[in-house]
Amino acid sequence: MDRKEILSELKKVLAPYTESKEMLAEINEQTDLIKDLKINSANLVDIIIDAEAQYNIEIDFDAAEKMYNVGNCIDVISEKINKPA
Amino acid sequence: MSNRVVITGLGIVSPNGLNIPDFLHAIQNGVSGIRFIPEYEDLKFNCQVSGVPEFEWEQLRNYITETSLYGLKGKGIAYGIKAALDAWTDAGNEIVSEDTLWETGCVFGSSVADTDVIKTAITRVDARESKKLGSRVVEQIMNSGVTAYISGRLGLGNKIINNSAACATGTQSILMGYEYIKFGMAKRMVVGSCEYVDRYVFGGFDSMRVLSRKFNNEPERASRPMSASAGGFVPGSGAGALILEDLDFALARGAKIYGELLGGATNSGGQRNGGSMTAPGPEGVVKCIREAIANSNISANDIDLVSGHLTATIADKLEIQNWVQALGRSGDNFPMVNSLKSMVGHSLSAAGSIETVAAVLQLKHNFVHPNLNLEDPIPEILDIIGANNLPTIKVDKEINTVAKANFGFGDVNSCLIISKYKND
Repeated sequence: MDRKEILSELKKVLAPYTESKEMLAEINEQTDLIKDLKINSANLVDIIIDAEAQYNIEIDFDAAEKMYNVGNCIDVISEKINKPA
Repeated sequence: MSNRVVITGLGIVSPNGLNIPDFLHAIQNGVSGIRFIPEYEDLKFNCQVSGVPEFEWEQLRNYITETSLYGLKGKGIAYGIKAALDAWTDAGNEIVSEDTLWETGCVFGSSVADTDVIKTAITRVDARESKKLGSRVVEQIMNSGVTAYISGRLGLGNKIINNSAACATGTQSILMGYEYIKFGMAKRMVVGSCEYVDRYVFGGFDSMRVLSRKFNNEPERASRPMSASAGGFVPGSGAGALILEDLDFALARGAKIYGELLGGATNSGGQRNGGSMTAPGPEGVVKCIREAIANSNISANDIDLVSGHLTATIADKLEIQNWVQALGRSGDNFPMVNSLKSMVGHSLSAAGSIETVAAVLQLKHNFVHPNLNLEDPIPEILDIIGANNLPTIKVDKEINTVAKANFGFGDVNSCLIISKYKND
């Protein structure tokens, strides 16, 4: 799965947690989850839980802390997919 | 400093109506919301009927944000949000405010935080999967979840309190909101209560053998307050909400006024002299009603309607005796008395607020709603207040003042006196 495909699926994971649907449609690797998509910081754990289920991976605490923008999320997810836990 | 407090908005989630016009129609026409619940037969409950609102999650879509709705599983909270926001808009307010409303607070009660949500947490944690619980569990298993959702949505900045006093919760929450306005601490309060009776709470009551069990095949006949053939109460779920306002605050914004909350009282019999964990002591009940009347500066003779607690247990007879003693009125001189529970069952914490909404509607529209299933009143009740005060069909009648009381486990009592608003 390449970065473009991961980004496309990530949109679906993020969708329930943002009211900014227009911004979501146009996300890129620089999009910040909290600042741009106005996601409640408490919901980042829900996004991680959903991403774990979506990609059948496990995201540990250290990796989760890096997931504050779309590019970082793709980094973590692609790394885990290539090295299944 | 002492202010007058008026009622400017109503909201309801009831087994026989999900909005005020439907609920008004239902209580005028004696529409029952009691249904047979197949799941309860499967669970081998003695009582297999319940009052369940025809609520669907989709109905909340325009009430809270999509992100907030996603992940909301607690039905008691959902009922509370719907009733409170309906009352808020009924009072002529916009839901979305840019700034915090410092003059407005919320007292909203409940008995049990949502056990369905708690069950999910228990199952996950016991399976060593706490990591998968996510961020939305705590806010729904805390008792103050409902007030947190309501106040957050409306931007309320005054006192935000979740009260709990068993079956007296609803009337108590309204009284607390009243007191904050009366004594100048708030200008406006969103008050009410909610309850979702799920299988676990239901099972607890079922095991106490205090629930109706002889009418499982005829659900609409199962809730029978004051009836000689009553054999226990029918649990129900729902929520009721009111907007209380300082009179001057309401007049200044040109609000419509349903009625005036003249006063009330809440106390406990201390679980002495007949009072216990599960039974209200007569002394405390009589004192509570009398204090409510005194605090409202009316005479017991001014009361046109008693909206009783009257659950359909052996306590009904004693309750009527207590009212007779408290009011010093009996026979044909006793006011008309009714129990909304004959239509919707007993929704525990939500009962007081749902019944107060019904009381305000009877006051506003000048009628007394029927008591369903009262073809055979308890003889001792007939002896002391007569048959004329126990209407079984709607009675059109000028209603100026209503007494609304509820009594709960722990021997806690709560009574409100509501009247038409008169500009004098």
